[in-house]
Amino acid sequence: MSQSHIMPGFRPTLSITLVYLVLIVLIPLSAMVLKTLQLSLEEFWTILVHKRVLASFWLSFSAAALAASIATLLGSIIAWCLVRYSFPGKQLCDALIDLPFALPTAVAGIVMATIYEPKGWIGEWVMAAMGVQIAYKPLGIVFALIFIGLPFVIRTIEPVLQEFDSAMEEAAASLGANRWQAFVKVILPNIFPAALTGFALAFARGIGEYGSVIFIAGNMPYISEIVPLLIITKLEQYDYAGATAIGLIMLVLSFVLLLIINSLQWWLRKRNGQL
Amino acid sequence: MGINLHNISKQFGQFIALDAINLAIPEGELVALLGPSGCGKTTLLRIIAGLEHADQGEVFLKGENVTHQSIKNRQIGFVFQHYALFRHMTVFDNIAFGLRVKPKKLRPTPAQLREKVHSLLQLVQLDWLHDRFPDQLSGGQRQRIALARALAVEPSVLLLDEPFGALDASVRKDLRLWLRHLHHELNVTSIFVTHDQEEAMEVASQIVVLNHGKIEQKGTPSEIYDHPQTDFVSRFIGQTNVFSLQDNESNWLDATGITFEGAKGIVAHVRPHHIMVEKRDDAAHTDIFLKDWQHLGATIRLELNRQLPNGKASTIYAEMPSEKFRELALTKGDRVALHITHAHWFN
Repeated sequence: MSQSHIMPGFRPTLSITLVYLVLIVLIPLSAMVLKTLQLSLEEFWTILVHKRVLASFWLSFSAAALAASIATLLGSIIAWCLVRYSFPGKQLCDALIDLPFALPTAVAGIVMATIYEPKGWIGEWVMAAMGVQIAYKPLGIVFALIFIGLPFVIRTIEPVLQEFDSAMEEAAASLGANRWQAFVKVILPNIFPAALTGFALAFARGIGEYGSVIFIAGNMPYISEIVPLLIITKLEQYDYAGATAIGLIMLVLSFVLLLIINSLQWWLRKRNGQL
Repeated sequence: MGINLHNISKQFGQFIALDAINLAIPEGELVALLGPSGCGKTTLLRIIAGLEHADQGEVFLKGENVTHQSIKNRQIGFVFQHYALFRHMTVFDNIAFGLRVKPKKLRPTPAQLREKVHSLLQLVQLDWLHDRFPDQLSGGQRQRIALARALAVEPSVLLLDEPFGALDASVRKDLRLWLRHLHHELNVTSIFVTHDQEEAMEVASQIVVLNHGKIEQKGTPSEIYDHPQTDFVSRFIGQTNVFSLQDNESNWLDATGITFEGAKGIVAHVRPHHIMVEKRDDAAHTDIFLKDWQHLGATIRLELNRQLPNGKASTIYAEMPSEKFRELALTKGDRVALHITHAHWFN
């Protein structure tokens, strides 16, 4: 740390980093912990193991994980298509991908609910063809979260694919590998760390997503009620300690999961000699 | 016959990359595809490999028509210009790749595989690097690993795309000789692409000179250098002075003692070492003077300035052994007379 750098910049950038982290991240989060501490351990535990709370936690995390997985799969394919091939309208497709970033999520939620509801354009057709209802069910949450998560995945994988040396693919083919072997043994290991990052981003975003989900979920307690909604409900009932308790647990769980994903990524890179 | 090409043509849009190429390469040769950039040499190599489709024509490897076979069934080894090593695998895994993707029945046992990979690593003298990743190797080491990886599948033909293009000059020199020796040892029919005529002369047993998608000449390095068949080959291989009879040079050329015997054309190409230089103090007899000279090792290159009748000046390059140069005791600005001993004539 005391080692001086020839190019200046270490001190000011570190100062800004620390000030930012304290002001924007650490202080608000500590406030949340402090508020939670008003509860006794017993009260805390009672709030947590309430069936409605457990159900919403299960729903939030499983829906986010499922949506992030699907978004990773779809996003990889879309990124591949956009990087590898040129076709008319490619620029337009490229611009459309970022739309979920800019759109107010509530708007997205309302639009999706309208289309996927049992009498909506697509919802009606799916209902008739497969007997499956999308909107106002947990499935609707997954749909909304895929929409929200997709751009994170695509924009993370795209640069890695662009950088991927396609001579490696040709080399694999020249050594007798078929298309599947080349994909599994050469392409996948090279894009997997980026796909994992994309998954982590989509997953994290999915856990916290509120605006789009509440319009399409139906918000039935025990069935389609997500954790952020539960927190809002508690706040509306002036149960601030209860809301922060749930928030705190959500924070810890998300942190642990992201930590696991990041270590997995570190381990992968180390194994592939990139560290 | 090792490799046979019949009438290979390839077009990219309006650009004709290859124009009806016919080429036969005997088994066991080490052939250089030589030409300037954009002449189609890499395209031709990629068509032989199956990395590119020819618009027209057929490719035969060891007598078998492989035109419609995919690269993975052609039994070729391909070495890429920028190595294309698998970055996420160790050196060992890179070389083992070709053995591991074989169909189950043909796949070697783990013990056989280990033995094969280590013997290849010994062949390229890099066994001590087996657990490194490609990013941890130098350019020369990477290229040798890429070669070992290509040889692991025991290819019937080895194709190398500008194999030394991305390397330092000194490493390149070592690797050239090493490749030549390796080829003597393995005797696998090999083609490498290069734009460096010196490299082609030094490494190859046969050179194919390409220009604008056509074969200009094919032959041993000595044939190509001593008997260039076209104007392009003469200019591209080694250095050449060009004199045209049309520019009223015939009197002057006559005076240099050049022989017009067997002259097939009106343009004389003269190699620098076919020009003998004599010192002349008498200004009336010559209009050539020494402008500059460079020490190239055993030889000295003279840059001579010749005053043309129309008032312009042209530069003539001559080469001589350095002892001869010392004997002549020439200094810059000295007047000289030339004697041309040999010329190639073109239209």
